[in-house]
Amino acid sequence: MSAAPRSAADPAPIERHPLLAKAGFVLVAVVLVLLPFALTGIGTAWVRITNLAILFVLLSLGLNIVVGFAGLLDLGYIAFYAVGAYVYALLASPHFGLHLPFWAILPVGALVACMFGVLLGTPTLKLRGDYLAIVTLGFGEIIRIFLNNLSQPVNITNGPQGITLIDPFRIGSFNFAQTETIAGVTFTGPIKYYYFLVVVMVLIVALNLRLQNSRVGRAWEAIREDEIAARAMGINTRNMKLLAFAMGASFGGVAGGMFSAIQGFISPESFVLVESINVLAMVVLGGMGNVFGVVIGAVLLSFTPEVLRYTVGPIQQQLFGRTLLDPEVIRMLLFGFALVLMMLFRPAGLLPSALRKRELEANRAPGNG
Amino acid sequence: MSARRTGTRLDIFLQQLVNGLTLGSVYAIVALGYTMVYGIIQLINFAHGEVVMIGAMVAFSVITVLAAAQPGWPAVAIVALGLIVAVPVCMGVGYTLERVAYRPLRKAPRLAPLITAIGLSIILQHLAMIIWSRNPLPFPQIIHVESYHVTGNPNGATITNVQVAIILGSVAMMGALLALVYRTKLGVAMRATSQNQQVAGLMGIDINRVIALTFVIGAGLGAVAGVMVGTYYGIAQYQMGFLLGLKAFSAAVLGGIGNLAGAMLGGLLLGVIEALGAGYIGDLTNLCPLSSWSTTIAERCESDPNLTLFGSNYQDVFAFFVLIAVLIFRPNGLLGERVGDRA
Repeated sequence: MSAAPRSAADPAPIERHPLLAKAGFVLVAVVLVLLPFALTGIGTAWVRITNLAILFVLLSLGLNIVVGFAGLLDLGYIAFYAVGAYVYALLASPHFGLHLPFWAILPVGALVACMFGVLLGTPTLKLRGDYLAIVTLGFGEIIRIFLNNLSQPVNITNGPQGITLIDPFRIGSFNFAQTETIAGVTFTGPIKYYYFLVVVMVLIVALNLRLQNSRVGRAWEAIREDEIAARAMGINTRNMKLLAFAMGASFGGVAGGMFSAIQGFISPESFVLVESINVLAMVVLGGMGNVFGVVIGAVLLSFTPEVLRYTVGPIQQQLFGRTLLDPEVIRMLLFGFALVLMMLFRPAGLLPSALRKRELEANRAPGNG
Repeated sequence: MSARRTGTRLDIFLQQLVNGLTLGSVYAIVALGYTMVYGIIQLINFAHGEVVMIGAMVAFSVITVLAAAQPGWPAVAIVALGLIVAVPVCMGVGYTLERVAYRPLRKAPRLAPLITAIGLSIILQHLAMIIWSRNPLPFPQIIHVESYHVTGNPNGATITNVQVAIILGSVAMMGALLALVYRTKLGVAMRATSQNQQVAGLMGIDINRVIALTFVIGAGLGAVAGVMVGTYYGIAQYQMGFLLGLKAFSAAVLGGIGNLAGAMLGGLLLGVIEALGAGYIGDLTNLCPLSSWSTTIAERCESDPNLTLFGSNYQDVFAFFVLIAVLIFRPNGLLGERVGDRA
């Protein structure tokens, strides 16, 4: 959305047209503010869907730090989301009878997810990237197996039934889940969450942009391009990679906590491998390492299943009289093809960052592509 | 299972060992597919587990059709026909994967083929789901399962004819593969390509052909493994390749990835570790011996003497912990050589 005035061939148009940039920002801000009311016009469900899409934007931005900035393939990213979600659910639900405020739990969730990230990264990060991919893949499964089974002998996660009645966000008497009318405008629960999420999203996008051009961001980039050269330049590659991993994990943890509060119910079913692949597809589609690209990739792929649900089913009904292919299957096939085709034909993403594009294309031998 | 209740401790151990070796032979065969591809182009073929699944599925279809159409035929012949169809299909899939998705990216940065591989794995899984439905498919029980006693104890550990066939079949295939790699011209070409592609090319080796053949052979082995798993568990599902692939990869790493003997050793070891682990973790983490430490534990043990911290439902976790342990303590695997980073 906000990346619309940017193009790959022209890396810094914003600096060149400050007025245009300002106009663009204002436009985006107006759209973001008015969006929920426009969506309510189509159907209230769409605000919820948008909220989930924003959560996926946050997740993709977190994974983008790991995969895009530092070039480490993490296939179990959803595990950190799960950790954040469960931390929130356990500390703010009748399950343990704890009801801590959300602003206290979200950082805890981020911290716990970050610890898991470090725990997982320490043994594997000094090894080759492909090992990391497999180990993270296994890690994602392990977390899920534990969540499923840790109802015995002491009931911690409540097993496959999951945790219900999770507290919504509350500040004093202001409850995010209740409908309220302020100055003649009705704010439903999802709309309140929407504004909260948008603020968080804007903050995190800004953070990512600053991070990318910081000392740390440049170190990650160096590691991604050539680890041995980076080490020779005096970068502590292991710590830097660990930092990327921990940061990505804590982003996932925060998103997980918000997911818990918004849904009010979580179970291990929400954190299956497919979701990790889903987030990866968003990052790859948007262009690894490109913050705005990733945002667009996440928005596109989050709305795809919803759009498919409303189009594919009815079209098949009309053509064949019954639903031959589940929209869910079509979605997964689309994701699979997106991953393969993007890597084959547009490895730097739909909106490639200039550097990433150069790097990904320079290495291809002529006649091979 | 009967051994569990009436046999001695040794019998239980032997039974777990037999089960572990059976499963381990399958892991070894799948691990060979990973390790061959890795050895030659340093790529983890994520979609290999899916090739195994397709092997099982194709064999399932052939066996089901034949068992219904020709009930008079001997079971072995029907399963063999299933294999004969499944192996070429999987070889075709393996070749297509290499040609379409990996070959164009051979010179690209590492991340690219890894991501393509994941994409392919998803595509294959869901195509299989469209073709064979999302429900687990029951393999027709045409083979008459006979159990033989391993020891003299009539209630003791047993080994079935299916298990014997799986173990012997894998040993034969491993032998054939070793002979292929170390005794034939193609084997020499493969080893040369894995050492240095460019120089091998200069020596007149058609690298593309050798790499494609490596994929094809790996896929053929995978097909056989798929049929083995299918007949052993009596079930096939479109998602079966994922966990199997993950475990087989762990086995390959355990043995030292890129090393054929290592993959075999790793597969067998992992199978045994898993079987013994799943068999004994319940006893090992039984909390009741700690009753004197805490009254809560003592009270719960009164009503439930099997109060365990972890049960056999954690079976799938072992492969992963083995993988982590190997990566920490011996990253090159049991039989792997120390190699420097390739820039």
